[in-house]
Amino acid sequence: MLYPFRRWLNPGSRAERIFILLERLSKIPLFDCRMCGQCILHDTGMTCPMTCPKNLRNGPCGGVRSNGHCEIIPDMPCVWVQAWERSKRMPEYGKEILHIQAPLNNSLKDTSAWINDFHLLQKMTPVGWDE
Amino acid sequence: MGRVRTGSRLERVLRSGRFAVTAELNPPDSADPQSVYERALVLAEVCDAINATDASGANVHMSSVGVCSLLTRAGYEPVMQVSCRDRNRIAIQGDLLGAAAMGVRNLLCLTGDGVQAGDQPEAKPVFDLDSISLLRTARMLRDQGHFLSGRKLDSTPKFFLGAAANPFIPPYDFRPLRLAKKIEAGAEFFQTQYCFDFLRFCQFMNTVRSMGLHKRAYILVGVGPLRSAKAAEWMRSRVPGVVIPDEIIRRLSGVPSDQQRLEGKRICIEMIERVREVEGVSGVHVMAYRQEELVAEIIEESGLLPRRWISELGQTNPCEEYNI
Repeated sequence: MLYPFRRWLNPGSRAERIFILLERLSKIPLFDCRMCGQCILHDTGMTCPMTCPKNLRNGPCGGVRSNGHCEIIPDMPCVWVQAWERSKRMPEYGKEILHIQAPLNNSLKDTSAWINDFHLLQKMTPVGWDE
Repeated sequence: MGRVRTGSRLERVLRSGRFAVTAELNPPDSADPQSVYERALVLAEVCDAINATDASGANVHMSSVGVCSLLTRAGYEPVMQVSCRDRNRIAIQGDLLGAAAMGVRNLLCLTGDGVQAGDQPEAKPVFDLDSISLLRTARMLRDQGHFLSGRKLDSTPKFFLGAAANPFIPPYDFRPLRLAKKIEAGAEFFQTQYCFDFLRFCQFMNTVRSMGLHKRAYILVGVGPLRSAKAAEWMRSRVPGVVIPDEIIRRLSGVPSDQQRLEGKRICIEMIERVREVEGVSGVHVMAYRQEELVAEIIEESGLLPRRWISELGQTNPCEEYNI
């Protein structure tokens, strides 16, 4: 849909600033988004994994409390317990929680995940990662 | 299970179908190698491999790379624990190569406890990788022979890759799937968190068996003695991920305080006997904070040693090396 506009939708362009603004306005209130620039909300039951104090992107750590709360912030429900509950209720993308996620590309922080996705930058895993 | 011969003795024991015993060595707060060797000496007699923890509970001790290097120099078989809390991907990949060069053949890839659990909660947590991406990175170094950047290695490290499993905490139904995910990322053996909740463990193993995961990786169950009812209470409230059911605490507090240590040991030995009977369990991993002598006693008294003596004799058979 956005393909005809690809010339304007480059990373670092003026258009990206508008996208970043739109993402901030929508994803921060909705998902407590941390603007990592590599959105994987589909794979995590629409739960932002960057809100996990350990920034885990591959599932819950071994320290979850028996009541399902976070090891580090006792009052906060574990992000991954929520992600798993929500994934089970997502018929289409529910299985994607089993994907192995590459380590985060820290250079994409505070850029637009939508534009990165459009330019396949989001798939920009470390060179050695792909098998 | 797996294809690579790594030269790891632990791998050899597991592949031969013997019941493996590993134990945890708590690195000293000391710069003296002798303090590592004193602890290792007690453990080496009774186990197949010694785990060197990596600042467990976010408390600083001698590094696991350092401890493992000392252990390999003396001919011991270490399992190097690597946590993602304190180092980024650059440091970790370098440490893996360094450890391999020092003769380390077993890795345990961990996410690591949060810094808040330790005595320096103001430290910066790193978590650049997580346990699963660390596993895959280690496998990549070994099998593909390059760094994450794609730069080639001149020679590859030979690792038998391990990971942790904790069946005792939520989300319970996701835990077997997480085990599968870790196997997919490269895990060949697992060491679990302390098992005190046997029922929960059986439920977990049922799912693991129905998914066939016990045939794709070796599972070593974590066990350990509780010193007293008070220590158990402290552990379950302060150590992340440790679940101790009320009946265990009741059993401990039911005996006079001078006998609680003995009772804790008895509970541990009973647990070893129970988990041994569970299908899909390949060994035990004995942990006791700063009580290496107690670990040795437990392994001796739980009857794991006679079988190991026979197997040790078997190791003198040169043919066996090539049969695995």
